Amino acid sequence: MNTFLEDFYKTMKRIRTFEERVSELFIKGETAGSMLHLSIGEELGPTCISKAMNDNDTFTTHHRGHGIFLARGGDPNKMMAEIAGKKDGYCKGKGGSMHIADMSVGHLGANAIVGGGIPTVVGAGMSYKYFSKPSISVAFFGDGALQQGILYESMNMAALWDLPVVFCCINNQYGMGTKIDKAVAVKDFTGRAKSFGLNACSVNTLDVEEAYYKIKPIIDDARSGKPGFIEIECYRFYGHARMDKSPYRDIDEEKLYRERDPIKFAKKKLIDKNILSKDNIDKLDNEISNEMDEAISFAINASLNDTNEIFKDVYSNKNPESIKTRIKKIIGN
Amino acid sequence: MSDIEKDYFEEITYRDALRLAMHDEMNENKNVIIMGEDVAKYGGAYGATKGLLDIFGENRVIDTPISEPSIIGASVGAAMTGLKPIAELMYVDFFGMSLDQIANQAAKIRYMFGGQTSVPMVLRAQGGTGRSGGAQHSQSLESWIMHIPGLYLVMPSKPCDAYHLLRKSIQLDDPVVFLEHKMLYNSKGSLDKKNIDAEFGKASIRLEGNDITIISYSRMVNIAEEAAIELKKSNINAEVIDLRSLNPLDKENIIKSVKKNKRALVVSEGHYTSSVASEITSIIFEHCFGDLLKPVIRYTAEDTPVPVAPNLEKESIPSMENIVNFSKKLME
Ligand SMILES: Cc1ncc(C[n+]2csc(CCOP(=O)(O)OP(=O)(O)O)c2C)c(N)n1
Ligand SMILES: [Mg+2]
Repeated sequence: MNTFLEDFYKTMKRIRTFEERVSELFIKGETAGSMLHLSIGEELGPTCISKAMNDNDTFTTHHRGHGIFLARGGDPNKMMAEIAGKKDGYCKGKGGSMHIADMSVGHLGANAIVGGGIPTVVGAGMSYKYFSKPSISVAFFGDGALQQGILYESMNMAALWDLPVVFCCINNQYGMGTKIDKAVAVKDFTGRAKSFGLNACSVNTLDVEEAYYKIKPIIDDARSGKPGFIEIECYRFYGHARMDKSPYRDIDEEKLYRERDPIKFAKKKLIDKNILSKDNIDKLDNEISNEMDEAISFAINASLNDTNEIFKDVYSNKNPESIKTRIKKIIGN
Repeated sequence: MSDIEKDYFEEITYRDALRLAMHDEMNENKNVIIMGEDVAKYGGAYGATKGLLDIFGENRVIDTPISEPSIIGASVGAAMTGLKPIAELMYVDFFGMSLDQIANQAAKIRYMFGGQTSVPMVLRAQGGTGRSGGAQHSQSLESWIMHIPGLYLVMPSKPCDAYHLLRKSIQLDDPVVFLEHKMLYNSKGSLDKKNIDAEFGKASIRLEGNDITIISYSRMVNIAEEAAIELKKSNINAEVIDLRSLNPLDKENIIKSVKKNKRALVVSEGHYTSSVASEITSIIFEHCFGDLLKPVIRYTAEDTPVPVAPNLEKESIPSMENIVNFSKKLME
């Protein structure tokens, strides 16, 4: 069995460290607002699925998508700058954390509408089929989106038309303050997907390698036109958004689940299997820490947009006239 | 809520006024229920329903799955069969996915079925900029609702109006879309439960003035009031009209004020094109054409999606300074 564990560890650690730095950036007052959804504790899913994907594959994410983007090759500097609402960010600061995208790595967009990005991958799958491209498209979303009708419309189309598409649910047990038990009567989500004709699997493990080997066949099958559904069970370690302290959660539950940490697990396995020494891991952690510190500096030092930027990118070939200009044309300067 | 029994509040937040209105209606009418995402245990994304679960229990304050079209559609059905639902959409932006239930179901059922049935429900939601929520969490979509026959549309700016108009909305036998602004929840004002000045279709003259009429609603009323105070320094007396409800719309007071002042500025956080502001502007042109000394100006948010970057977001909506500048220009 080929081991990717060192790789996996690095990806997960980079995600966590990045998210911790987003939190720092917020405390420094340098983020654009507080609608920041951190994926601390949820690193395993994006890491193993990303590994199973190919370079020309595409994906969409939900609002808690920093980790997925990083795993797929996002540049922490440009991500952090976007989160700060700066000109040098991925979307010129106009999209922010919840609407970040990078077509160059196949990121077809994060979404602030729960479920909003799911049908996008159906369309991408149609393109790949039409153009006979070997790519797949993966939609990442939270357990909250399992209750959006659009998911099932999309699953049905994907199965009906044999599309190279995967639906991946990061089930962190909560949709904001509502526990999954209060949102569904039956938690058999793979059963839902199978009933539409999709391949489906659910992963509930701290071992990222084990998870990888479980989800790999689903991704591979999708590439040959059998769409799939993957549920990654995990736990949202902290609040829903940066300001939320999760008062609706049981403290003991939080404690218990924060112990169930895929990064700690991978670290121990690396040491136990003599893949990396503790010193080597510390060194790696340090490099990652420096990388993410640099992202913070980059974001803070990045320049603000000129206000003219407001009017750009609304259309491909024209910019709306500013309201002030329209008014001045009526009443003079 | 410790002050539940009080009838008069020298100072209450907009958020608490809403909570109190729902509380008092639920107390008086056992058939009023609240449903929406995180409205019960969490108390609402902006805290407007906090504490109501403890008082009224989970049969009446209901956390739903994240399924907006069905939250609204189920409210429609509940309303047709005896309940009085208050549905909450966390963000007005989710009108996008819910519009069938709002526009084709709630709004049209009484009419299509020849008046046999009513849909007495309230749809609460909040919109607007101010938190860098970006293009999908900062919109002002009131024009979508105002365009649809069959829906009342209420957008109060002050806590006392929020209280009284929400109560009246719950009592009404028709669907009401009740829109709050995310930057108003912490704003404060007085509330007298016994002194009911607010009515559907009755604007409030916030400041009287004989020079220019500034017409607005929701959060922009507060900005317009600041501008009016600033204009006083230049000896310009602006009359600030707070519409409070957009359907019904108080045409009478708009027309009366503009005929008096002969100059008008309409201020809104919605877009410029095909908007509430364009509707009001055309009403003024229709009724006050011969009286006007200057064209009516609508000062609105840009015709662009709302950007996340705080400096761009702020620049994309009307400012106090520009209300002052445009008013001065209209006075020349
Ligand atoms: C259509 C829609 N409804 C509601 C919201 C408000 N909201 C944002 S995130 C969220 C919870 C989503 O939960 P889940 O899908 O499990 O993702 P998680 O936050 O747990 O990662 C809610 C209700 C939204 N953004 N879009
Ligand atoms: Mg969740």
